[in-house]
Amino acid sequence: MSANSDSKTSNPDSSSSETVKPTRKTVALIGNPNTGKSTLFNALSGMKARTGNYPGVTVEKKVGKVVWNHREIDLVDLPGTYSLSPRSPDELVSVDVLLGRQEGVSAVDAVVCIVDASNLERNLYLVSQSLDLGLPTVVVLNMMDVARSNGISVDAEELAKRLELPVITTEAHRRKNVEVVKQAIADSVDRPLRTPESLFPDEFYAEAGQLRESLRTHKDIDIPQFLAQRLLIDRGGQIEQELTDSSAAGQQIKSDLEAARERLAAANCRVPAIEARVRYGWAREILDGVVTHPAERPASKSDALDRYLTHRVFGLFVFAALMMLVFQTIYTWAGPLMDQIETGQGFVAGIVEGVLPPGPLRSLLVDGIIAGVGGVLIFLPQICLLFLFIATLEDCGYMSRAAFLMDRFMAKLGLSGKSFVPLMSSFACAVPGVMATRVIESRRDRFVTILVAPLMSCSARLPVYLLLIKAFIPEQTLALGLGLQGTVLFLMYAIGALVAIPVAWGLKKLFFPGETPHFVMELPSYKVPSVRVIFDRVFDRGKAFVVRAGTLIFATTIVIWALGYYPGDHSKQYELQRSIVATETILESNPDNAELLEVTLEDLENEYHTVSSRLIAGSALGQMGHAIEPIVKPLGWDWRIGVGAIASFPAREVIISTLGTIYSLGGDVDEESEGLMGALRTSKWPDGTNVYNIPVALSIMVFFALCAQCAATLMVIKRETNSWRWPIFSFVYMTVLAYIGALITYQVGSLWL
Amino acid sequence: MEARASRLLTDLRPGDSAIIAEIIGDDSLSIRLMEMGLLEGESVSLIGYAPLGDPIEFEIRGYRISLRAAEAQRVCLEAIS
Ligand SMILES: Nc1nc2c(ncn2[C@@H]2O[C@H](COP(=O)(O)OP(=O)(O)O)[C@@H](O)[C@H]2O)c(=O)[nH]1
Ligand SMILES: [Mg+2]
Repeated sequence: MSANSDSKTSNPDSSSSETVKPTRKTVALIGNPNTGKSTLFNALSGMKARTGNYPGVTVEKKVGKVVWNHREIDLVDLPGTYSLSPRSPDELVSVDVLLGRQEGVSAVDAVVCIVDASNLERNLYLVSQSLDLGLPTVVVLNMMDVARSNGISVDAEELAKRLELPVITTEAHRRKNVEVVKQAIADSVDRPLRTPESLFPDEFYAEAGQLRESLRTHKDIDIPQFLAQRLLIDRGGQIEQELTDSSAAGQQIKSDLEAARERLAAANCRVPAIEARVRYGWAREILDGVVTHPAERPASKSDALDRYLTHRVFGLFVFAALMMLVFQTIYTWAGPLMDQIETGQGFVAGIVEGVLPPGPLRSLLVDGIIAGVGGVLIFLPQICLLFLFIATLEDCGYMSRAAFLMDRFMAKLGLSGKSFVPLMSSFACAVPGVMATRVIESRRDRFVTILVAPLMSCSARLPVYLLLIKAFIPEQTLALGLGLQGTVLFLMYAIGALVAIPVAWGLKKLFFPGETPHFVMELPSYKVPSVRVIFDRVFDRGKAFVVRAGTLIFATTIVIWALGYYPGDHSKQYELQRSIVATETILESNPDNAELLEVTLEDLENEYHTVSSRLIAGSALGQMGHAIEPIVKPLGWDWRIGVGAIASFPAREVIISTLGTIYSLGGDVDEESEGLMGALRTSKWPDGTNVYNIPVALSIMVFFALCAQCAATLMVIKRETNSWRWPIFSFVYMTVLAYIGALITYQVGSLWL
Repeated sequence: MEARASRLLTDLRPGDSAIIAEIIGDDSLSIRLMEMGLLEGESVSLIGYAPLGDPIEFEIRGYRISLRAAEAQRVCLEAIS
């Protein structure tokens, strides 16, 4: 194999990095999925990584700053991938980072390729592609223990000699040889650029060189040799799409490109097919004599397990049982933890109330800040529990089997098997559900899943359903012994899922046109999960939620608090609060006068609730409720329900405490409150007719089933899509849907009931 | 070339293996299949089906991969020797 003849053009950036030599170096980690890349990254960076997003895409940016041999190094973890051939803006990020073209990441000085020693041939495909970058490279042969137990032996020394690169064998999960890797990286950052081997026929390099030339003359841009080669190979890929725009120059490049591909095809070097042939051929040649497989592949435990877990009866049974367990956990078992967070919130609020006199500051602290923090933390139990399961199942190798089992079913809904777990989780809570969509590679499937996940009926809707069903739906028995109340509850759960089907279909047609994404998925061998990996993952997700979404959720709570507080003269309210406290103190020390004092106390509390009710009615929130009354009237709602709907923007269940306040019952009511049910039943329009009847109750329930009144979900969508466009879109489309649903429910219901 | 219509990857039965003759097309799906190591001359075996008959689990180059039937139909096999 000859060296690249055109060495001057192979490394266009060499001149610049030669002249200025920054002391801080940048090293990128690449590797196939499931090779132990994150494990190695964590071992190398000591968990001090910073995460963020690359602008404009959904790729997570993970950088670990380390100091080795007095050398400051930024380790950049790139997403696991099988190939460096970019087919989407997200995939282009890795290539851009490697080429030093990514904004916010300095030029890469060396590459670490992590490969799975038990599956070397396929892993070397990516190594081969990345070697074309010409950067100093360290090859890490991870999973040596797995290779050994599979009877595979690897001669790492010989491999290093053939690749002319440092090759280090590791077992990253045991931190074995991690120090050697550090040393090798520290040594490699100062090495000069390599001249990539020419695996392709000479014609290919000549055509790539000409394409660069043509880009220089027609578009006045100079792209690295690596990109020119990718442009030539990746038919219809991201680079082609970006360079062959509709401008005259773009069209010129397009025709040059097609002509070049045709000439190559004529010379028996047809792209893209040639690439896999050349690289796998190279891998086989390199590995010949380096890797020895056992003559007969031993029947592994993993294969035996796979036969049961993907079995059409037994496999589905296990799957259903596991999913029940996951769902049960986040739906029910998270409850006690959430209660504790609420108790903690009440405790802190109690302390503040004991210290501060009634006033705006206290109200801001208790109803704004403490409630806001509580509103963020309340999601942590569900997030952590769900990711505890997901990380465990993923690390076992089961998650890809779950996707395998459910793919056909989800394909009927226009998605893929990977959307199942996120959507199922969203029936408990859309926040972790949306966060769990990260495993979906196809951008289209991922976005559609994120956008329909909030339609699944989550646990926060339940109090709203329970209150209204109990207050307005009669306890009748329908046919077959089904209770009417239970049937209504079931319908409320079903409506979101049913509506999600046409919505997903419409979203795909409107926003993500194009061919069906393919579902080519590796099914990794099963293994015992690593506790450390699982806890890292749970911690990482929990932290990401609190840090990146938490602040926004918190801010929303403060805004809604302010809208409900201002304008208004709260002095009477505070005076009553003080009198209540004073009376309570007297009551404690004066048990003799208890009866009289209790009556006084009750009067004071009633007056306090009445004043609070008047204040919220006059507040910005109350005025908004009045302002939207004409809009919500066709739903059968009065302004009070309108206020409840607006106030529940941070979280659906807030409507209950808001209605409690409006109906002069205080904000502490819950869905079991007889007082609130009574108040709703007797609530009147100015003309004396009842506000609430069955159609109105149903219309409210349908609205809450379909609306996006959950700041946490919207903020998580913002974070996961890395754009404000999608949370705003979600809010708008769900609100419109909820309005139409409620309108139809009320109007049709009024005809019958 | 025309004889290839005879056998596709989906024609295998569980436990069967065969040699790949060709990957049809040069769109992103066929690129992905080739990147994953499905190349002419390579041996592939069918492990089993998902409960609803799709997707299908295969073994290639010593690892397991899942393909939808529509995707596996892109892979032509050599006649059994
Ligand atoms: N047996 C074994 N397991 C490993 C090794 N390195 C990592 N793992 C495990 O492989 C799993 C996947 O690792 P992870 O770092 O998440 O892989 P990634 O997808 O490449 O980031 C985890 O359970 C690790 O504990 C290794 O050298 N040997
Ligand atoms: Mg990882």
